[in-house]
Amino acid sequence: MNFIEARKLVYEYIRRDEEENVEGITTALDNVSLSIKQGEFVAVLGHNGSGKSTLAKHLNVLLQAGEGTLWIDGKDAGDKENVWEIRKNTGMVFQNPDNQIIAGVVEEDVAFGPENIGVPTDEIWKRVERSLESVGMTAYREHSPNRLSGGQKQRVAIAGVMAMEPKCIVMDESTAMLDPNGRNEVLEAVMGLNQEKHITVIWITHYMEEVVQADRVYVMDKGKVVMEGTPREIFSQADILKACRLDVPQVTLLAHELRKAGIKVPEGILTRQELVEALCQLY
Amino acid sequence: MLRDITIGQYYPSNSIIHRLDSRVKLVGTLAYVLSLFLFRNVFGFAAVTFGLAVLVKMSKVPFRYMVKGLRAIVIILVMTGLFNVFLTPGEPLWSFWKFTITQEGLKNAGFMIIRLVYLILGSSLLTLTTTPNQLTDGMEKGLRPLNKIGVPVHEVSMMMSIALRFIPILVEETDKIMKAQLARGADFESGNLIKKAKAMVPLLVPLFISAFRRANDLALAMEARCYRGGEGRTKMKPLKYEKRDRAAYLIIGGYFIGIILLRMLNFNFHIEN
Repeated sequence: MNFIEARKLVYEYIRRDEEENVEGITTALDNVSLSIKQGEFVAVLGHNGSGKSTLAKHLNVLLQAGEGTLWIDGKDAGDKENVWEIRKNTGMVFQNPDNQIIAGVVEEDVAFGPENIGVPTDEIWKRVERSLESVGMTAYREHSPNRLSGGQKQRVAIAGVMAMEPKCIVMDESTAMLDPNGRNEVLEAVMGLNQEKHITVIWITHYMEEVVQADRVYVMDKGKVVMEGTPREIFSQADILKACRLDVPQVTLLAHELRKAGIKVPEGILTRQELVEALCQLY
Repeated sequence: MLRDITIGQYYPSNSIIHRLDSRVKLVGTLAYVLSLFLFRNVFGFAAVTFGLAVLVKMSKVPFRYMVKGLRAIVIILVMTGLFNVFLTPGEPLWSFWKFTITQEGLKNAGFMIIRLVYLILGSSLLTLTTTPNQLTDGMEKGLRPLNKIGVPVHEVSMMMSIALRFIPILVEETDKIMKAQLARGADFESGNLIKKAKAMVPLLVPLFISAFRRANDLALAMEARCYRGGEGRTKMKPLKYEKRDRAAYLIIGGYFIGIILLRMLNFNFHIEN
């Protein structure tokens, strides 16, 4: 069975005025179906308001769908009894690095998760050690999080999730507030976890450049899944992506325009290197 | 000025003071604060100074770093000093228009300022050598009996540790908002007190909104990491008394009795006079 199996999820935000009358309904998830296998690196792309963050919160049962079914690791997310088990198995890293670090010392923050699920003291120490090691933050274990850079803070947050030994990490726009260096730092740390420990990664973002290395990509717009496929398949349809208000990487866009103008470059070029090679073969 | 606040900041080191059980340090700080208000003569002052100096030396926290925390209370110090100098009745030393400086006033002002400075130094020594988590763990464990009468001890100590963690973040944010407003022509400096207070409104509103947003985010993040109150939680650093903690308790007890004796000595002098 797939690690995550979502069928026709519907979630509505209901806005009410001061007298509790319904003012308007926003459908944040509109019949969303997904299936994600254990160990996959899946990216979810979408513009603001596409429902991607709402989807992320469902995977951690911070929100529960109004309609549809969601199975995570063989457990029904609609059943209240499974909530803590699912949260333990799918960790979540949020957007703002400052607002998800609870303790004033790095190692104590990493220990927060295992403490909550009742892991014995000596096991906590081992887990903290291992997870700081896995994101390359061991040298900072006794530092205050306030003095770290954005990328380092996000790596601490990832370590905090890893210490709960989850099977899956959901990165909910975790790089949106970082500079390019920090973004690479975090992406590399997560890809390392995906490759070495076979952690399922769900990478939610609106930066197209970050999804190039993903196994599979879902594109969301206005609460619906509009496209699904490998990065190459997705990027070859630059027009649909533009309709979803997503910025196609410049190289891909250039290749796309060249093709339209009659130059025979293949569809779905992802990197500069590929374009250079394709162009060199033409002449 | 905002950046000078060192309250609640942890200074990582491996000194004996850092390794003491946080309950010992809490009790010690309490005894120390009480002792500050017990001494009345130079002997008591000397004893407290000596104690503080030894502790600072042992903690390996640079003294300069601790003094930085004092800058934030300079205004309070000056005010206390002035009030004491001018408003204490007693033998007049020097008169000027409506103000009279008395001998007692000078003495009171001196002791009061020393007390306040020592108070800040001593309590910042506690937070500098104890991580916020250890501190609140210590309080949680020490106050646990209150749980029986319905005081949510775990929740209160969790709130405290989060508050300590967010002090520097909100300070930084205030700084940023202030600069943003200054860049658009806001004026925080000129005018009288009321005008200055009014100028703070455009600063406080965004600060509050952002604090609420942060609180919301943090609550989500805590829930996502399986936080569900104090029940069934284990600790990475459980509190356990060791030999050095018992020794420290003895020293604190000795110190406190010593201070009381010194005060009584002072009392006797007065009677003989």
